[in-house]
Amino acid sequence: MIELKGLTKKYGSFTAVDSIDLSVPDGELFGFLGPNGAGKTTTLRMIAGILQPTAGSIHLAGIDLSADPIAAKSKLGFIPDRPFIYEKLTGAEFLRFVAGLYGQDGDKVEHRGRELMALFDLEEWADELVESYSHGMRQKLIISSAFIHRPDVIVVDEPMVGLDPKAARILKDLFRAYVRRGHTIMMSTHTLEVAETLCDRIAIIQHGKIRAVGKLSELRSESAGAGLEEIFLKLTGETAARDAMEVLDA
Amino acid sequence: MPNDLAISLSGPQPVVNLLSTASLRHLLSPKLLSARARPLGKTENRVGRLVLFTAIGGIFWLMVFGLLYRLLRYFRGIPEIGALLAGKLLALTLLSLLGILILSNIVTALSSFFLAKDLDLLVAAPVDWLRLYGAKLLETTIHSSWMVVLIATPVLTAYGISYEGGFFYPLVAIAAMIPLLLIPSAIGSALTLLLVNIFPARRTRDILSVIAVLAAAGVVLLFRLVRPERLARPEGFRSLIEFISLLRTPTSSWTPSEWAAQGIMSWLRSDAEILPFYLLWSTAAVAIVIGAVLHRWLYMRGFSKSQESGERWVRQGPFGRLVARALTPWGVMRRELVLKEMRLFFRDTTQWSQLILLAVLVVVYVFNIKFLPLRGEGITFFLQNVIPFVNLILAGFVLASIAARFIFPGISLEGRTLWLLRSSPLEMRQLLWSKFWVGTLPLLVLALILIFATGILLEVSNFMMAVSVFTITLMTFAIAGLALGFGALFPKFNTENAAQIPTSFGGLILMMASIALIAIVIVLEARPVYQYVGTQYLKETPSVMGLWIGFGGAALVCLAATFIPIRIAIRRMKELER
Repeated sequence: MIELKGLTKKYGSFTAVDSIDLSVPDGELFGFLGPNGAGKTTTLRMIAGILQPTAGSIHLAGIDLSADPIAAKSKLGFIPDRPFIYEKLTGAEFLRFVAGLYGQDGDKVEHRGRELMALFDLEEWADELVESYSHGMRQKLIISSAFIHRPDVIVVDEPMVGLDPKAARILKDLFRAYVRRGHTIMMSTHTLEVAETLCDRIAIIQHGKIRAVGKLSELRSESAGAGLEEIFLKLTGETAARDAMEVLDA
Repeated sequence: MPNDLAISLSGPQPVVNLLSTASLRHLLSPKLLSARARPLGKTENRVGRLVLFTAIGGIFWLMVFGLLYRLLRYFRGIPEIGALLAGKLLALTLLSLLGILILSNIVTALSSFFLAKDLDLLVAAPVDWLRLYGAKLLETTIHSSWMVVLIATPVLTAYGISYEGGFFYPLVAIAAMIPLLLIPSAIGSALTLLLVNIFPARRTRDILSVIAVLAAAGVVLLFRLVRPERLARPEGFRSLIEFISLLRTPTSSWTPSEWAAQGIMSWLRSDAEILPFYLLWSTAAVAIVIGAVLHRWLYMRGFSKSQESGERWVRQGPFGRLVARALTPWGVMRRELVLKEMRLFFRDTTQWSQLILLAVLVVVYVFNIKFLPLRGEGITFFLQNVIPFVNLILAGFVLASIAARFIFPGISLEGRTLWLLRSSPLEMRQLLWSKFWVGTLPLLVLALILIFATGILLEVSNFMMAVSVFTITLMTFAIAGLALGFGALFPKFNTENAAQIPTSFGGLILMMASIALIAIVIVLEARPVYQYVGTQYLKETPSVMGLWIGFGGAALVCLAATFIPIRIAIRRMKELER
């Protein structure tokens, strides 16, 4: 479960995230949508404990992140949008290292690491240095690392970037199976089709404020049955097609 | 859902034992594994490189050891003051190393505690703050101290052998050196932590500018306090007793380097003292504890701040507009290339951090020239003219190290954007020449300032000033050409940190080539300069032909070293497939 209360982040006079209140219960896959620079990544990085909020609180699985960061972070798996992996470690070594960060090692971790790598067709690459991995393979390894320690909550920023269709499908199945087991996922994405098919609830954020939140059916009913793309464009004030025409004519 | 998915998600929920969260050793394991994997990487000529590195290292060690051993044997032969001189020399050496260590630790701590790419992973994980501090402190210490350890090893070995330190001497030296490395690391990391918290957001450039000023001031102050030039001129003292009393006085009683020197020398004099070691280890412990407390209070705030963009809006300043206007006649493409190079340089904080070390290098260099004992007994007319000539060699070294820092990495840093450059109608010739000019012109300005400043301090003759300006101008072009050429021949496209590029294999080869170039130029010019100075002294007319051959030869070598590497680099870039 993720609970955000009055979550705010300011950079000088600029407010990136403006007093967000949000609750994502157990067993829910929550989509976080918004245009570029809306505050999605800042919010997710605050939840991951990488950025300190200017105000407000974050609770992960009922634990206050600022009061007990170690306990709260032990419940979390984080997949950043621009992940870093040690180039000179092998894929297996990297997974072992991440598990160790969460105090886990031994045969179970080895077994789980092998399974996750096999799931993403990485088993043949397990003992190769990460520097020889393609972009998509790195993304698969990062996703595997978020699952290696069996977190209660997963926060993921743009998970589909660089994945081939098969891996994208596996990831969708993995996410769905994971939330069915009572865990929580909060995911930001620009791919509306992914949000539409995968997420139980969706929030649309713009200029650091939540513009709408609810199930897709609820959002649709508020927008006279429009699709997610129309709802998104309407809420975020985008007039993409008209702008595109004007640019081409300029 | 695939079957294997069920397997992956099966199993009991983990019970995280917080006491068993990542240990210090575990946090350091990626670095250790990376270090182990590095030699296994797919690098060409691995054995050749290893042999070359080992050979160069071995020669350096032997040279330092040989020189110091002879000097210490000589000191041992001097009654009364021999041991004092040896102790003073050790104290001064360790003091210099301590200064370098503090500076180097501040810069390294900024990178390892706040800018390293693995921090997202580590901070997002449930890692205990003390273990994170310990791991990053150790990382900082190793990164900033390995070179000092390499330098100190032959120095301390020479002391041990010439003073017959015995079987346990290595342990004594290690016991003195470990706290000497830990103290500046803890202090440097704490200072960086405070600076990151004080300055708004990601203003590392500001922080580093402050550090640069502080470091330069500190180095100057240190040298002024020590006044090493006095030791070289014992005739300047009123009596031998005054000289001995200066030698007996500690360089600075409150510096750890003095304690280390005292501890080591007391052992070598067979009069072992415990107090210096007690002071060293207790100070190291206190520094680490204070560092840890500060880390607990301030790290998360500082780390969060360090990710915030300090300058959201970047506008072109008057200087940028002036340069843009000045470059307009050379065409849009060249103008934009040069402007891009300038913008990237001035906005890249990793590049700026290296400027600090160079600024200190230049300050120390000019400062030392100022206090060279060039007047008095034994200083001849000949020596007065030779020293400015030797000064050219030192200035050449300074230029070579700057070129290795700033021009050499130019091609490597282009790695991730090469697709853009290669897919555009840009000629590689234009790219390389724009890099050449952007790098060379500031280097030339610096070189001329160095030569004029040191020339005025040394009160050189007009002839020597003209020779110096002529030589340094040609050498600047040649060294820049070599740096660009070797940069294209030995690129490191996948490096995480620009600061690591100059210390790569290609950087080493560049430094060797630069030293060879400086040696050739100086050898070619030495004869005409020697002849000219001799004829001036004897009031004769120098041979014009001799001057032409010497200086013409040097000019030809420099021009060849400028153009040939760039031609090779252009060809290499055209062949490059990425």
